Amino acid sequence: MATETSFDLVVVGGGPGGYVAAIRASQLKMKVALVEREHLGGICLNWGCIPTKALLRAAELRHSIDEMKEFGITVSGEVSIDLPAVVRRSRKVAGRLSGGVQHLLKKNKVTVFDDLARLGARRGDLREVKLAGGATLTAKHVILATGARARSLPGIEPDGKTILTYREAMVPETMPKSLVIIGSGAIGSEFASFYLDMGVEVTLIEAMDRILPVEDAEISDFVQKAFVKRGMKVLTGARLSSLKPSAGGVTASFEGGIEPVVAERAIMAVGITGNSESLGLEGTGVKIDRGHIVTDGYGATGEPGVYAIGDVTGPPWLAHKASHEGIICVEKIAGEAGVHAIADGSVPGCTYCRPQVASVGMTEAAAIEAGHKVRVGRFPMLANGKAIALGDDQGLIKTVFDAATGELLGAHMVGPEVTELIQGYAIARTLEATEAELIQTIFPHPTLSEAMHESVLDAYGRAIHF
Amino acid sequence: MAIDILMPALSPTMETGTLAKWMVAVGDTVRSGDVIAEIETDKATMEVEAVDEGVLASVMVEAGTEGVAVGTPIARLAEDGETVEDAAAAAAGPTTAAPQAAPSQAAVADTAAVASAPQPQAEPVTPSPAPSPAPSAAASDAASNTSSNTSSNTGRIFASPLARRIAAERGVDLGSLAGSGPHGRILRRDVEAASVSAPAVATRTAAVAAVQGDSRVEPNSQMRKIIAARLQESKATAPHFYLTVDCEIDNLLAARRQMNDRAPEGVKISVNDLIIRAAAMALIKVPKANASWEGDNTRLFTHADIAIAVAVEGGLVTPVIWAAEQKGLAEIAAISRDLATRARDGNLAPEEFSGGSFTISNLGMYGVREFAAVINPPQGAILAVGAGEERPVVHDGQLAVATVMTVTLSADHRVVDGAVGAEWLQAFKGYIEAPVTMLL
Repeated sequence: MATETSFDLVVVGGGPGGYVAAIRASQLKMKVALVEREHLGGICLNWGCIPTKALLRAAELRHSIDEMKEFGITVSGEVSIDLPAVVRRSRKVAGRLSGGVQHLLKKNKVTVFDDLARLGARRGDLREVKLAGGATLTAKHVILATGARARSLPGIEPDGKTILTYREAMVPETMPKSLVIIGSGAIGSEFASFYLDMGVEVTLIEAMDRILPVEDAEISDFVQKAFVKRGMKVLTGARLSSLKPSAGGVTASFEGGIEPVVAERAIMAVGITGNSESLGLEGTGVKIDRGHIVTDGYGATGEPGVYAIGDVTGPPWLAHKASHEGIICVEKIAGEAGVHAIADGSVPGCTYCRPQVASVGMTEAAAIEAGHKVRVGRFPMLANGKAIALGDDQGLIKTVFDAATGELLGAHMVGPEVTELIQGYAIARTLEATEAELIQTIFPHPTLSEAMHESVLDAYGRAIHF
Repeated sequence: MAIDILMPALSPTMETGTLAKWMVAVGDTVRSGDVIAEIETDKATMEVEAVDEGVLASVMVEAGTEGVAVGTPIARLAEDGETVEDAAAAAAGPTTAAPQAAPSQAAVADTAAVASAPQPQAEPVTPSPAPSPAPSAAASDAASNTSSNTSSNTGRIFASPLARRIAAERGVDLGSLAGSGPHGRILRRDVEAASVSAPAVATRTAAVAAVQGDSRVEPNSQMRKIIAARLQESKATAPHFYLTVDCEIDNLLAARRQMNDRAPEGVKISVNDLIIRAAAMALIKVPKANASWEGDNTRLFTHADIAIAVAVEGGLVTPVIWAAEQKGLAEIAAISRDLATRARDGNLAPEEFSGGSFTISNLGMYGVREFAAVINPPQGAILAVGAGEERPVVHDGQLAVATVMTVTLSADHRVVDGAVGAEWLQAFKGYIEAPVTMLL
């Protein structure tokens, strides 16, 4: 099967950007090859989004046992966590989905090479792709979807034992007694929440003035308070000066007068950097800026016939952004009509800590900075019947409208299941709904989504239940 | 092998056009000669006919896209034995492979230059150039009323709520927009693109209007923009000079009467037809006046290809009577009437109003005594014709009354010197005042 070497499109990288691009290209009748060096499904499916959700679900179930009494359920006997089993399940989930991707690629007649690829010479219209295994593929178009990896800080080398990256943090063999997490973005906050629920003393460190710094300030503040209430230590405005192994495990020291933090282990979650090296890009028109491949809105690089999508092209580092970019890129190559680059602010972001965080579009501060006169609506989950019934009434839904046009500039949510709710606002934004259509929409009762409606009503001084 | 359909050059100087409408959909079978799309260019909405046969595999340029460079692939045909999907996928590269190609609107001009180079269609078909407005033909007030209604008769307008609200705020007529969203839905970006410069102007105008009087802002049609650009170019680059002469036309009128009295059924010669004939003869007699400036070279035309300025709704067009010197008056009369009628109905084919070596603009019917016209570039001269009216004249020291028509030649001094222009006018006047000579 893998003897064929001539293709319309070669996709390098089998993550959510690459495999989706390959399938879409196949739907558009291209002859497609996909080269993956490790696991189909990429980081997302194997070492990111999916396995962490499996871990977080275990933590959530563990947490719910503590709430049983309130619901009138008595759980007797000892509650214990079989950590290897928790991790095993997480790996099993990842494995199942990776297998699913393999099946999908096969079904779509995408030729998969388990190999390491490198851009080769240009031969007229064609581009060579050299595989480490020795084969040379040729294609009219090459999409680089090589993803990204954890970034560290100067002088700090994660050893995988006491100083971990997300990768080791995901497959702990034992639970540490204490943990310091450097970086409070989505990855840091999710691990902080997971380990906290698993009974670990967690200190979350953020160099910026608030955790989840890309989120709206009110949401960051809400999550920080929720974390602290659960017993997490949160240090903001804390710039790490060193992270060194010490007697108790590791010691994190900071600039300024902040007391060092000693913990058994540390997780580095300060961001990621693009896998743009060793791809044979030297001497081509492909430009790299701080580790990320520079592209236009359709994945085109400075080199004809060479495209890049997903994490390797820079933030936001999100699987769904990579997938969408893959589709846009392929459709543009195929000359499909009506292909548009991703519009600013149309990529929703979700963080699966407890409480969950989800947002789309501009924060209130960003909207004001961009020159909008805004109308802001807020609605607390405290006033939502379904949230109260669920026993999970901590949350806030904030909506930001342009006062002049009624455009929904941004929506920011924290609380139960908000990651499942945000698509409602995302659809509203894609359809270019104004406050009028949102107000006129009937939201079913009793649901958490009613809070979305009320937030919009509140922006126009019309909230009913608060 | 799939066939790419390229944006055609519907006139020799066309660089970009608006792809107004697709008449076929993906999957339709197209035969040579089928109308597949409508393209709005300088002057009119033109139909594009298929040259090749096949099944429409994909559409690369959506309806409503402006500034599509000549030579840009706009659609792809699958040939016999090829599936639509294969064709759509196959040669997909060229349009998008170059990263610079798509995104920037600002790049349109550059793209046009680059893209048109390798396309044979972009080469002028005739040695003579432009289809373009003669300046002074009366453009009616109607111009301002047309554009907003153009597409509002298609029924429901699909537009997002936000687009509707912004359009209402900025005074943009949604009916005049082509949507870039799914199924042509008008989105915010379409409204913003349409009002990209307008909003500032519109609001400023609105503010001023409150003080100084009522006004409204109408978007300029493609034709208006072309007229503006070409005449500005003409005035800015061609050094105009003007020569005026009075022609007594009593003999001409008498000759015309005689001709028409004896003409077969259906033939009617107008004064303008005689002027066309006289101008054509004069151009052949003074060939240096039948020229156009091309920088390093001067193009001298073989024939008197005379463009006549015809006022149409929203502007004017200049259909051409090719080799007018070889045509008799009856033929000129028939051709000019047909061209003028079809020009007003918007039914001219591009080659019918493209090019020409010389233009005649006649405002006599409006009672204009004399005027100076702006040269229709890249032609070398234009003749502005005033009304024939009875005026006192002096013949051999005696005051008399004659029917006099004043004509003014505007000439491009780069190719036509004063003496050449004067010589031409003299020849023209000779034919007009002794109409028998133009029958030779």
